[in-house]
Amino acid sequence: MSQFAINILFVGGSFLLYIVIAIWAKAGSTSDFYVAGGGVHPITNGAAIGADWMSAASFISMAGLIAAGGYSNSTFLMGWTGGYVLLAMLLAPYLRKFGKFTVPEFIGDRYYSDNARLVAVICLIVASVTYVIGQMAGAGVAFSRFLEVDSTMGLMIAAVVVFLYAVLGGMKGITYTQVAQYCVLIVAYTIPAVFISLQLTGNPIPGLGMFSTHTESGMPLLTKLNQVITDLGFNEYTADVDNKLNMVLFTLSLMIGTAGLPHVIIRFFTVPKVADARWSGGWALVFIALLYLTAPAVASMARLNLMTTIYPDGTDAAPILYEDRPNWVKEWEITGLIQYEDKNSDGRIQLYNDSEAFQSEAQARGWEGNELVVNRDILVLANPEIANLPGWVIGLIAAGGLAAALSTAAGLLLAISSAVSHDLIKGRINPNISDKGELLAARISMAVAIVVATYLGANPPGFAAQVVALAFGIAAASLFPVLMMGIFSKRVNNVGAISGMLAGLTFTLVYIFVYKGWLFIPGTNNLADTPENWVLGISPLSIGAVGAVVNFAVAFAVSKSTAEPPAEIQELVESVRYPRGAGSASDH
Amino acid sequence: MSGHSYDAENYWKANLRLIFGSLIVWALVSYGFAILLRPMLAGIPVGGTDLGFWFAQQGSILTFIVLIFHYAWRMNKIDEKFGVHEE
Repeated sequence: MSQFAINILFVGGSFLLYIVIAIWAKAGSTSDFYVAGGGVHPITNGAAIGADWMSAASFISMAGLIAAGGYSNSTFLMGWTGGYVLLAMLLAPYLRKFGKFTVPEFIGDRYYSDNARLVAVICLIVASVTYVIGQMAGAGVAFSRFLEVDSTMGLMIAAVVVFLYAVLGGMKGITYTQVAQYCVLIVAYTIPAVFISLQLTGNPIPGLGMFSTHTESGMPLLTKLNQVITDLGFNEYTADVDNKLNMVLFTLSLMIGTAGLPHVIIRFFTVPKVADARWSGGWALVFIALLYLTAPAVASMARLNLMTTIYPDGTDAAPILYEDRPNWVKEWEITGLIQYEDKNSDGRIQLYNDSEAFQSEAQARGWEGNELVVNRDILVLANPEIANLPGWVIGLIAAGGLAAALSTAAGLLLAISSAVSHDLIKGRINPNISDKGELLAARISMAVAIVVATYLGANPPGFAAQVVALAFGIAAASLFPVLMMGIFSKRVNNVGAISGMLAGLTFTLVYIFVYKGWLFIPGTNNLADTPENWVLGISPLSIGAVGAVVNFAVAFAVSKSTAEPPAEIQELVESVRYPRGAGSASDH
Repeated sequence: MSGHSYDAENYWKANLRLIFGSLIVWALVSYGFAILLRPMLAGIPVGGTDLGFWFAQQGSILTFIVLIFHYAWRMNKIDEKFGVHEE
């Protein structure tokens, strides 16, 4: 069977599974649509959160980032997991006790203000829409590489599948497809990693393999990797970083941002009890960790594999001839994600770090510049080919990448559509709408959101690459602090919350725009985005944590100088703190 | 549970204490061992590198899991002790 046929089989098979689940889990009420009827088991919810959370960024990009940055990019590993500690202790159980359908609804009720709710809706929509574009674009890449279809065509197919299970089933359909998608993506991620770990270290568990002995050289794998890459002028893989403040703030921004992202928070509304919300936080992190503990192993091993592929006889010997390059290099050259230029016309591939410090050694070896550029996003997708694994593993990776992108997209689309139908339409425009009418409105807004996301995924605006900074910045600086203060402080009032949200958001956006361009329009940035220009060495990606502090400070200061919240609001805060009496999430 | 009662207050304090303790460990393994204190731990070798590197790439994640399950387990006990658990 050809590779193309195998890929079709795996991707088609997984899509068929999602559609079957969609038909089985059709939503009959708004409660089904928004919170899956509130009867999801905590372990099931944990797996669904895992798929909801692990996006194309986690599945496709993260290992590549770590491979390129080594220790310094550990920030993603800690940042995207540490947020669950905050969620499980500071937000999820109390918001579950509150027992409503959406995040803005809590903010509107707690701060007795429709304006606060509206600000929350806007933050939610901007964060989620920017995030969903990345997922659709990621799905497009996976389609064009593995199914040899035009990426727009691929996106259309993906959109129809998401449409079926998200519009029909709402949260109920999404929950059970996410569980299936979690299984697909974790199997797809783990299998090639296990083979590669066996090949390099003889240890079948990749997470342990990266800290064990490299069979061929007899030295620890990471020592070997450090040696190989420093021989070629790169920094040590495990090298410490100088700018610790920025590393701390970036990790903190990712953690707070993770805890404040609405599409993750609403998943906690689907469990029957407050205690279950706590447990599902733990289970979610277990399911996430299965991938996140393997990712650094994939990163280090793939980096070593790449180097030894180019320098089969060691870094002192001549690199491989371009003619002899392995098949996977040829395949990825077609997509333009691997580029080769024979600068010194010796027919060989010189891959090294073109730095000042390495200049003299490169000259001595007759090298005239680095000749191979490898896009770091292909690392996970090319992994099975690099390790010479059979064709079905490649098919599995294709299905896994799509599962990661689609499950996250569906979660985000649900957060968007429920904000529109529940917070805007029912909350503001037509409060007397019937349950049936609201369900229809939810389905229509979901459908519109899918169309918009598909369009933006096929024509990604220039800022698509900056999405992470924006989505996490907004979630960290606006949503997380007001949610937390809404539970842990009785004193913070409506004016305080709104001023806090706006101050945190404005501060964060301005700092990002000054370096990245206003509304990300190229050329409109006031300062070049380089470390010398950053205030105290804080990168625009790390500013969300500072924005959160601004939000807290402004909210407290303003609340102190204005009237305290009315008695019934203080009662509400009291009530979310105690688990007893939590019915399933409802409208009333 | 319109609780200004003595017990409700103590329940909330017990929760805050547990959260505070958990977050100290949370910060210690990630911001501490993995980042700021890494040079101090450089002498402790782990599979070809040092303990700080391990905490940055795996150790902190494993600690986070233990923290959440510990919190869930302790809180359920505290819920029962103060009689605020769900039926």
